[in-house]
Amino acid sequence: MVETLAARPPFPLGLPSSWTLSVRAFRCWLVMYRRTWRSSVWSSVFGPLFYLGAMGYGLGSLVDKNGTGSLGGVPYVVFVAPAILVVQSMNTALSNAMFPVYGGIHWNKIYIAARATMLRPADIYRGSLLFIVLRITMNSACFIIVMAAFGLIRSPWAILLLPASVLLGLAFATPASAWAVTLNNQTPMNYPIRFGAVPLMLFSGTFFPISRLPEWIRPLAYATPLWHGVALCRSLSLGTVNAGSVAINVGYLLAMTAIGLWIGARTYSRRLYV
Amino acid sequence: MRARGLTKSFGSFTAVDGIDFDLFRGEAFGFLGPNGAGKSSTMRMLGCVSPPTHGELTILGGDPIRDGAAIRARLGVVPQEDTLDAELSVRENLLVYGRYFGLPRKLIDERTNQLLDFVQLTERADDQVEPLSGGMKRRLTIARSLINDPDILILDEPTTGLDPQARHVVWDRLFSLKQRGVTLILTTHYMDEAEQLCDRLVVMDHGRIAAEGTPRELIAGYSTPEVLELRFPREERDVALEKIKDLSPERTEATADRLLIYADDGDDFAKRVRLAGLTPLTELVRRSTLEDVFLHLTGRTLID
Repeated sequence: MVETLAARPPFPLGLPSSWTLSVRAFRCWLVMYRRTWRSSVWSSVFGPLFYLGAMGYGLGSLVDKNGTGSLGGVPYVVFVAPAILVVQSMNTALSNAMFPVYGGIHWNKIYIAARATMLRPADIYRGSLLFIVLRITMNSACFIIVMAAFGLIRSPWAILLLPASVLLGLAFATPASAWAVTLNNQTPMNYPIRFGAVPLMLFSGTFFPISRLPEWIRPLAYATPLWHGVALCRSLSLGTVNAGSVAINVGYLLAMTAIGLWIGARTYSRRLYV
Repeated sequence: MRARGLTKSFGSFTAVDGIDFDLFRGEAFGFLGPNGAGKSSTMRMLGCVSPPTHGELTILGGDPIRDGAAIRARLGVVPQEDTLDAELSVRENLLVYGRYFGLPRKLIDERTNQLLDFVQLTERADDQVEPLSGGMKRRLTIARSLINDPDILILDEPTTGLDPQARHVVWDRLFSLKQRGVTLILTTHYMDEAEQLCDRLVVMDHGRIAAEGTPRELIAGYSTPEVLELRFPREERDVALEKIKDLSPERTEATADRLLIYADDGDDFAKRVRLAGLTPLTELVRRSTLEDVFLHLTGRTLID
């Protein structure tokens, strides 16, 4: 403990890799999550299953009566399941990337505590993101297992649904955290959900194909990150994979993640090094 | 640790205005000053989380910007505001912190037991932090700051907001650390805290250093050995002050409710006051403190 000031290695000390430091920040989230994981299971696992039941099977039974040609000839529930997976990933990303990040500065102040240690702001940022990756992975894995169990998966490509869903989540989480850390007031965090996530969920080719939208609005839908996630996961699940489209979808989501990471390293640094 | 012309500005506001100081291993060094003197800004720069605007700062031989993370690995920081995670247990707070420094679980557990014993929180080890008293939380923060066995412990107002008894427990623990050779840097606006804990201190006001020395040197240099405190009825006060000034004391100060008369021998001066025909409502002779030093240097009291 403190009784010995034993010989120290010469200064400056080598720092562990950024990855190691980020994992240390991540482990803090795990300690906290140990307390709350039970309550999180309810909303994050059962919520999407309710959607699947109500939309996929309930609404789907009406849709299927009119023929599903425009859905690629598959039952509605098969069409909609990968989209619900993606929406869930987006929601998990946003809910973990905003309020807990804001709380790290203003409520439980774990960011303020962590900055006094050898962690750097970028490590603290990436540690939070690792935890979000874990949460998305858990939720998505549960949902994919349910999809498989109900026979809603039509292709072996579906093995890639999990990484695709995580990538989609990261594309949202990286900029959302980068922004949330700059806030001094919690109200603005409701806007991305109200004016972002909700319209995205409804109009990104999730519950009906974009071809059903008025022509003038379609380019807008194609430009949204959620549509790229939906298109990617749906092609993996239905086995309609097209190398060109996949490259565009993945490229779009990777670019968004990379830009988010770049901005976040800066906003975290500006916030924590005052 | 060495600072030259250290300055921190936020926009047009200069919080720390070109301060110089040197700090040596094993000493307890204090920054004494009222709220807003620039103490916390200085502590953040020393804690390597706030880049200086100007000036030169060397900590443990490193540069706080370039080597910030590596320097912080060897610092312990007790911030002014508690940053404990109130939802976690006492032990978990130390676990999280130990992991930040990459300590193995076994070592963290070992140190946690020793540190909780040291800050007298062993019985609360598995309790949540939320219901702990302010004094306990502060002691836990001190324990947490020691988890990496730091070379330097930085404490920003370690007892502000605590009741007197809790303050004494914290002082006792800090004194014990000092005896073990831990280098302490602390800010305070309590002169008794500075006197009890600091080997050497600087008096800060408006972002500048007004004086530097040991508590004894400061008192000898900026005050008299004794102070006579007199209270007069409000309407007689100004007349009394004039008469007292005729008795040529070293110095006088008028605070909100008292006259402070600085003299080598307080009792003797009190006699002379009475001989001059003045009858104060109350009279008190005491030794000079750092509060008097501060009053002399700035014309203001530490806690307004």
